[in-house]
Amino acid sequence: MNIVRGFILIPFIAICLIPFLKMKGKAIAVYAAVSLIATLSSYVAFEALTGQDFELTLQGSFISGNINLQVDALSAWFMLIINFAFISGGFYGLFYMSAYVDQPKNLSLHGVLFILLHTALVSLCVIQNSIAFLVAWEVMALSAFLSILFEHEKIATVRAGINYLIQSHISIIFLMIGFIWVASQTGSYDFSTIRSYSLTHSSALSLMLFLIFFIGFAIKAGFVPFHTWLPYAHPAAPAHISGIMSGVLIKIGIFGILRMLLLIDLNYTTIGSFILVISIISGIYGVMLAILQHNLKKLLAYHSIENIGIIGIGIGLGCIGLGTNNSVLCSLGFAGALLHTLNHSLFKSLLFYTAGNVYQATHTLDIEKLGGLVKKMPQTTILFLIAALAISGLPPFNGFISEFILYTGMLSWMHNAFMVSLLGIVFTITGLVLIGGLAMMCFTKAFGVVFLGNPRHSFHHEVKEVPFLQLLPLYAIAAFIIFIGLFPKIFLDLLIKPVQLFTNLHQLPFISFRGNGIEALLSISRGSWYLILLVLLLLGVRKLVLRKRTITVSSTWNCGYTVPTAKIQYTASSFVKTYSKLFDVFFLIFKKEKEVQGVFPTDAHLETRPYDKLEKWLIDYPTTNFKLFLDRFRFFQNGKLQFYILYGIIFIIAIISIPLIYDQIIMFIEFLKQL
Amino acid sequence: MLSIILIILAATFFTGIIIRTKSIASGRKGPGIFQPIKDVIRLFKKGAVYSETTSFVFRIAPTIYFSSVFVAMLVVPFGQSKGLISFNGDFIFFAYVLGLGKFFSIIGAMDTGSSFEGMGASREALYSMFAEPAFFILMGSLALLTGHTSFQEIFSTLHLGSSISYALAVLAAVVFLMIAMIENSRMPLDDPKTHLELTMVHEVMILDNSGFDLGLILTAGYLKFAIYGAIIFNLFSGIIGYEYAIPLFFVMQVFLAFLVGMIESFMARFRMNHNAQFIVVLSSVSLLIFFGALLVSGKFI
Repeated sequence: MNIVRGFILIPFIAICLIPFLKMKGKAIAVYAAVSLIATLSSYVAFEALTGQDFELTLQGSFISGNINLQVDALSAWFMLIINFAFISGGFYGLFYMSAYVDQPKNLSLHGVLFILLHTALVSLCVIQNSIAFLVAWEVMALSAFLSILFEHEKIATVRAGINYLIQSHISIIFLMIGFIWVASQTGSYDFSTIRSYSLTHSSALSLMLFLIFFIGFAIKAGFVPFHTWLPYAHPAAPAHISGIMSGVLIKIGIFGILRMLLLIDLNYTTIGSFILVISIISGIYGVMLAILQHNLKKLLAYHSIENIGIIGIGIGLGCIGLGTNNSVLCSLGFAGALLHTLNHSLFKSLLFYTAGNVYQATHTLDIEKLGGLVKKMPQTTILFLIAALAISGLPPFNGFISEFILYTGMLSWMHNAFMVSLLGIVFTITGLVLIGGLAMMCFTKAFGVVFLGNPRHSFHHEVKEVPFLQLLPLYAIAAFIIFIGLFPKIFLDLLIKPVQLFTNLHQLPFISFRGNGIEALLSISRGSWYLILLVLLLLGVRKLVLRKRTITVSSTWNCGYTVPTAKIQYTASSFVKTYSKLFDVFFLIFKKEKEVQGVFPTDAHLETRPYDKLEKWLIDYPTTNFKLFLDRFRFFQNGKLQFYILYGIIFIIAIISIPLIYDQIIMFIEFLKQL
Repeated sequence: MLSIILIILAATFFTGIIIRTKSIASGRKGPGIFQPIKDVIRLFKKGAVYSETTSFVFRIAPTIYFSSVFVAMLVVPFGQSKGLISFNGDFIFFAYVLGLGKFFSIIGAMDTGSSFEGMGASREALYSMFAEPAFFILMGSLALLTGHTSFQEIFSTLHLGSSISYALAVLAAVVFLMIAMIENSRMPLDDPKTHLELTMVHEVMILDNSGFDLGLILTAGYLKFAIYGAIIFNLFSGIIGYEYAIPLFFVMQVFLAFLVGMIESFMARFRMNHNAQFIVVLSSVSLLIFFGALLVSGKFI
């Protein structure tokens, strides 16, 4: 009880204090509040993860009924991820926002929202009551919306914010429908009634209920085709907010889906296949579009969609394992999904923070204008490189571990699967491999163009590395990434309890991560160590050998051409030219072109802007048509007050009269029937 | 352990035999088969020239590229004897470790700020992305066929009983050979002997490498050929004793090198835009093997 009271009091006090403090005080207050909330909730979460679940009932109001709070292993896992992201992101944010000290009011609001967002996200993992859950959900959505709007003087930012606001409310509508459905049938808002409802009703109804929740949570998570808000919101927000949004905010959608899987009794094979298909599509589509992007943060946002796809593949496999009583597949699927959730939150936030550093140093995110940053910002470059390698799923980093777990799960499924499932496995494996290959292409492009080569644009200001303290949390994240890659076993042991929640659903024996092919992880760490040692050894030998040799520095080979310019370099667009031509059908690229004409060449230009084909068909097309349709009723809005009063009166009369004449209408129909 | 020694031995002459075959086929006498190794030793003794554009990435990239190929080699078994690292799903590790090397060779090329090298890097990224599904589907089918998921167990239990499985092994060998050609950027995808930068893939990426670094890259290339040769050998070796297996291994490697040499002598390079299609065809062939594996294991309904 005290913990909960403290948990509510800390943000409350901090929020009241922040507007009245000086700039330094604000920063300290925000960070202190965030760390206190994090410590408190991590303590509870850690207890839950290692043994003792936390349960508590708050006395609720007349409407909501009692509010149950519960921290089980699943909540604990997500709470720890959220807390780590907020502690590192908050620290980074303190320095990132120092560029805006001339806007104290704006910063106060931002600090308040940051605390609210943290509190809401942690609460969402704990609350077991639908009304309280929706309130926390709304607090989260709104504080995220306002955090995105920090640079509200830019029109693109406002547009992105509104887009996010609308889409997150569509998500809330779906959640509300689901919760109201259960509440109207059972009369209680407690989550446990969802379970009892689905157990007592037919599987088709449960499936419908799950799908409604799934859509609601999938909009937040960014599964294709509900992903369109992501590529706008992430670039618009300040770097630490984008990092946190991509790292943990969209994960709360994953958390919701997992929670509903625990609560709703389903035909897990069907739902697993459904999630699997949608996830593979998300994964491939996300990375395919990411490759085309010219805006660094937009590129990263599309990668979030890809990674949500990978997590979804894990969830899908886990569900199928649950449905077919295949305990290995079930354990590995969910373990892979949960571990990838952690992994993605690490490397994606690191990528967004380094992108933030780039933005701070150069004031642009257009990768065609960047280049050669490695010489100006060596530390940022190394950090970005580590994150890029991790997100491409390469050993010895953490992304490889979670993808390997998924592969192992599929290979173990293979041995007792038949025709249709086998085809499914082959396509999933192909999908995962393609995602990996495409991610590698995307990040070699992003890293190569932004950080390597020569600068493509001369800035009027000095481009320099950010202060060391700002880099500190980034180093911590990078160390964490490598640590998971080298010692994956520790984290899989932590995952035993969360995964057991799922295996227990069908009383499956939980396959501990020891037997049955999972001892592979130790060998992987061994292989990774070999790799690292070999690299170090060779670098040493190389240094020793080259010490006595003559080292000449000269210009790059340019076919004998002696005055190379930076323009001669391969650009991001040319790097992916062949690729974008090959997969032309999937893309929508707007082109503005002026060709060279005449005997004496005049100036020419070519501008391409990649757009989302799905967005065009699923969002733009219906909204334009709907707007056209509604335009026909514009005559109602004629600006005359008398008419507006008339509408009001008509509305009131209709409201009163329809119930009154309802009986008459029924009687009339009955009368007709008798005839 | 045995596999490491054998692969390194095979790597010393593999590329030499390819070059010798090509020379003889074109009517020349050609260099000795150990000439590539001599070249590498000469490179190791040389100094280096670095472009002023490059950064530390360019300097560590060849080392990491070589290390990744070397660690990938540790996974490959030799008949009954396991690789130094062997576990369930080690072929995934194999492919991803090679991916790490590729990542670094690509960014190493991007670091020079040259348009040629960027072009090569772009092509390399695209082709390796296309080639990977073929490898995974193929290994997945073999895993399905044998019921095991590590290189050593798959190859030692791959029982070539029926005629279908022989056909599968031959198809698999073809796919592996083609993957080796893609990995090493040889004909028909890339011509290592072309003199025009615009038509190169791998060669153009290493234009600016010299001395020790270039030596490492070349050695890694030789190793890669021998690694894939060893994998192809494993497809057929089964459980024969070492006294036959070791000579057979070398015969197989020589034969493969000869085959590569013949392909390079009598085939023209594809047009660049046909390469992608060709690599996708490889995935289809792997899919064919997968259906074959379904048939053999009786899971085809």
